[in-house]
Amino acid sequence: MENRYELNKNLAQMLKGGVIMDVSSPEQARVAEAAGACAVMALERIPADIRASGGVARMSDPRLIKEIQRAVSIPVMAKVRIGHFAEAQILQAIEIDFIDESEVLSPADDLHHIDKRKFKVPFVCGAKDLGEALRRINEGAAMIRTKGEPGTGDIVQAVRHLRLIMKQIRQLQSMREDELYNAAKEFQVPYELVSYVHKNGKLPVVNFAAGGVATPADAALLMQLGAEGVFVGSGIFKSGNPFKRAQAIVKAVTNFNDPSILAEVSEDLGEAMVGINEQEIELLMSMRGV
Amino acid sequence: MKQIGVLALQGAFAEHIQVVEQLGHRALELRQRRDLNNSLDGIIIPGGESTVIGKLLKELDMLDYLRHIIRDGLPVMGTCAGMILLAKEISYDSSRYLSLMDIRVRRNAYGRQLGSFSVDSIFRGIGKITMTFIRAPYIEEVNEGAGVEILATVNDKIVAARQKNMLATAFHPELNCLDVHKYFLNI
Repeated sequence: MENRYELNKNLAQMLKGGVIMDVSSPEQARVAEAAGACAVMALERIPADIRASGGVARMSDPRLIKEIQRAVSIPVMAKVRIGHFAEAQILQAIEIDFIDESEVLSPADDLHHIDKRKFKVPFVCGAKDLGEALRRINEGAAMIRTKGEPGTGDIVQAVRHLRLIMKQIRQLQSMREDELYNAAKEFQVPYELVSYVHKNGKLPVVNFAAGGVATPADAALLMQLGAEGVFVGSGIFKSGNPFKRAQAIVKAVTNFNDPSILAEVSEDLGEAMVGINEQEIELLMSMRGV
Repeated sequence: MKQIGVLALQGAFAEHIQVVEQLGHRALELRQRRDLNNSLDGIIIPGGESTVIGKLLKELDMLDYLRHIIRDGLPVMGTCAGMILLAKEISYDSSRYLSLMDIRVRRNAYGRQLGSFSVDSIFRGIGKITMTFIRAPYIEEVNEGAGVEILATVNDKIVAARQKNMLATAFHPELNCLDVHKYFLNI
């Protein structure tokens, strides 16, 4: 089992510097792959539509996920509700490459997350701060992403979450060793995880940014703030020219530090997704599952 | 001290940089065409998604020049996706990238993530090392007449090979071993 967890963390390492795109059909998956996605997230409705239509959002139909698996050669991820280990068992049975235990779907358990150590396939989980990230890792997550606020096209929450996680990492790094015990108590995680961050100055797993990415500049901003890669949900297939925008975001993630390349790829992308401002949101998905 | 360029378009390039530096050499990230103008003693093409790295190589106008300097003898090591990019033939796939090594590779040859594994096995010239395969390819065929030497096999599948200045592994030495990089730095 320990070896399996290592292999799963290793897969996340291979995704670094890449863009993981939400797709809701095999056609969209092929567009994403051709545009340079390093993985796709298969789901029936993208977050913006989940937000618009309301109701209970659940794991997608396994048949759709299998069709998407057949359509592309890159890794395929899919979402389960927070705490819904039966949905996760189903995704493992169809050999999904990565499970996202996601606040985008309606939570199935308001207290417990999935015991991810019981699974052979890797999990990615969302986090708003370092404590959440380490709690998810303690439960067996092989990859972390910021929660951001999915389906809004507004980057402010992802920036807030990423900045906070990076700041808390720097704070842990600068602590005296005898202060780490109290830090572990405050974060509600084992001392070993806190000690790892103190020594290494980073999470023990790969950390992506997610939630509200709509432009190449958004992606570059998050990369410069320390993200190791980016998830793009509604931002691509809710825009005027998905293929072109997807390609541009991929290039922006690779050359996030070169403003002249960013300028070039940002040109003439057509309409971005409309988006919702923070103050206008009725449902804060990032508050689900802490 | 050697200066090694590590292709940093996507994937596990940071891990390679760490190993190169740990062995006392200098590593340079290669993210765009002008980065290839640096004086380099070798190039590493990391693991990641070959479709992504291959596409970016083309679009960032790096592919032809990279092929040219490798053909001229610059040592190169390709791991996993890097091996796919070096291969002349890719089974069940019409894509071709650098197309320099006389090997036929098969992508995702062990299936999805559940098929990923780690094993201790012999690497010719090094001995027993840990080999980690992540949604890995393997080599279905090498052209020994063209000077391709098989360096490692696992369960009868070829997982490492060398052709003159080019070294390819299906597994990821950058994750848990220094020896393959040492071998490469001596090419």
